[in-house]
Amino acid sequence: MAEKIATREAYGKALVEFADKYDYVVLDADLAEATKTGMFKKACPDRFFDCGIAEGNMITVAAGLAAAGKVAFASSFAMFAAGRAFEQVRNSVGYPHLNVKIGATHAGITVGEDGATHQCLEDIALMRTIPGMVVVSPADAVEARAAVETAITTYGPFYMRFGRAAVPVINDRPDYKFELGKGVLLRDGKDVTIIATGIMVSMALEAAETLAAEGIDARVINIHTIKPIDREIIVKAAKETGAIVTAEEHNIIGGLGAAVSEVVCEECPVPVVKVGVNDSFGRSGKVQPLLEMYGLTPANIVEKAKKAISLK
Amino acid sequence: MEKNKLCELSRAATKIRMGVIEATHAAASGHPGGSLSIADIMAYLYFNEMNVDISNPKMADRDRLVLSKGHTAPALYSALANKGFFDVEQLKTLRQADSFLQGHPDMKGTPGVDMTTGSLGLGISAACGMALAGKIDGKNYRVYAILGDGESEEGQVWEAAMFAAHYKLDNLCVIVDSNKLQIDGPVAEVIGPAPFEPKFEAFGFNVITIDGHDFNEIEAAFCAARECKGKPTAIVANTVKGKGVSFMENKVNWHGNAPKDDQYEQAMSELNAILEAID
Repeated sequence: MAEKIATREAYGKALVEFADKYDYVVLDADLAEATKTGMFKKACPDRFFDCGIAEGNMITVAAGLAAAGKVAFASSFAMFAAGRAFEQVRNSVGYPHLNVKIGATHAGITVGEDGATHQCLEDIALMRTIPGMVVVSPADAVEARAAVETAITTYGPFYMRFGRAAVPVINDRPDYKFELGKGVLLRDGKDVTIIATGIMVSMALEAAETLAAEGIDARVINIHTIKPIDREIIVKAAKETGAIVTAEEHNIIGGLGAAVSEVVCEECPVPVVKVGVNDSFGRSGKVQPLLEMYGLTPANIVEKAKKAISLK
Repeated sequence: MEKNKLCELSRAATKIRMGVIEATHAAASGHPGGSLSIADIMAYLYFNEMNVDISNPKMADRDRLVLSKGHTAPALYSALANKGFFDVEQLKTLRQADSFLQGHPDMKGTPGVDMTTGSLGLGISAACGMALAGKIDGKNYRVYAILGDGESEEGQVWEAAMFAAHYKLDNLCVIVDSNKLQIDGPVAEVIGPAPFEPKFEAFGFNVITIDGHDFNEIEAAFCAARECKGKPTAIVANTVKGKGVSFMENKVNWHGNAPKDDQYEQAMSELNAILEAID
């Protein structure tokens, strides 16, 4: 089994790693220990500003910093960064297209024990409706680090979605390269395509193994950039495999599955079956039982892949 | 204040008011009441206080103004146009589909606009961010945020106030335009955010109360704000909504209604009379 690291951990480390190379400041809203911006606070106390428990103010302060020429990171849990502060993100970051980087951690149900109020399952939907907003959902620590550097060096608003739970490192290879807006073909196949994001990517690879053992040749694509989405790789998959399963730790409404469906419907209609949280709230529990309870498992991806193939 | 300077500022304020009437009349919509109440403060800021450059609106070290009460954009646009950031004739395009003068300020489209605002309670936070950037970079520029009294009902205003005091943003000056009226009626009757002075003091501000139409008091307040170190300043400006146009003064229905042709004529003739009296 590969090494497991939470993407929030990689986010905190990346902020520290790039501190000398690039000029940026980091804001948090009393969650620095949890979001891991605390690492940056320790390394660069003069460039870290705690806003207290006031996420709306934090996002607009970041907008003001950016309007005055700074690259401003703002961090909180996804629930509060994208949810509570949605209107601030929309009106003070998105509309003026300012250089604000939202590092949202604790996305999805892998928040675990804190339960539904803290498990954001709507952030991808919310953020991708904002014109000009880049939405990135890294699959592992390697991708999270690369996403942070890309966010620093690319002008404009970014929303980065990180998780609380440790996830397997799958991109640990010398030729790994992060290209914003480009999907990654992780495994080729001709019968069905599994398109996954975030923590579901490693599960998609596991599902493809299981399918292979049953004689089903599944393609696996990692979509780390949900917006702008890689239309080309999706259309190619639709044309060549004729059936798609999407997998995300998010409500099936408005997230990756919806984004993929929008492309497929317009350009090459084929069945798209979604694995995600089925329009419900989360609940308290340990991570593994929750993932199983909500069907965020390789086994469910396998089942939905077969369903997608049956709909061809 | 010297007579010449007073005349110059009074003239600028009256021209700003005339621009507000021109713009809202041409648009047949917009917010004249709260635009007129801040005209004197706008005149002082752009014609005496702020370091801005009309040939380089994005000058890095410029002073910045965030119109947190963004619906009073006509006052900002009129001040900018009269200052020379763009032609005053453009004011007549306010709110038109092909204009760069949006209903609420858009920093990307309008020369001289420092921050996009309109959703209440956000501007003061953005001003905090700009002031913090100035501190980080060791710059001397100042940041001004104009807040509505009704706007202060937004909780984010107080989140920002806490932030400004905590980070000792003495380069930030918040002006509360206390014109006493909001859409649903008198501010005191809608929810009653007053008194502002003890609130801002408790949040850690240097607080100054003035008559927002008296240039001597305006000048004294901005000078005191510059001299105050270690804490941000809040200037509570008591103003008259609709100031300068008799039939608009202290009338809640002029919050968000534009003058019709006959009302436009009367307003302009009153303002012209004020201008002539100054000269």
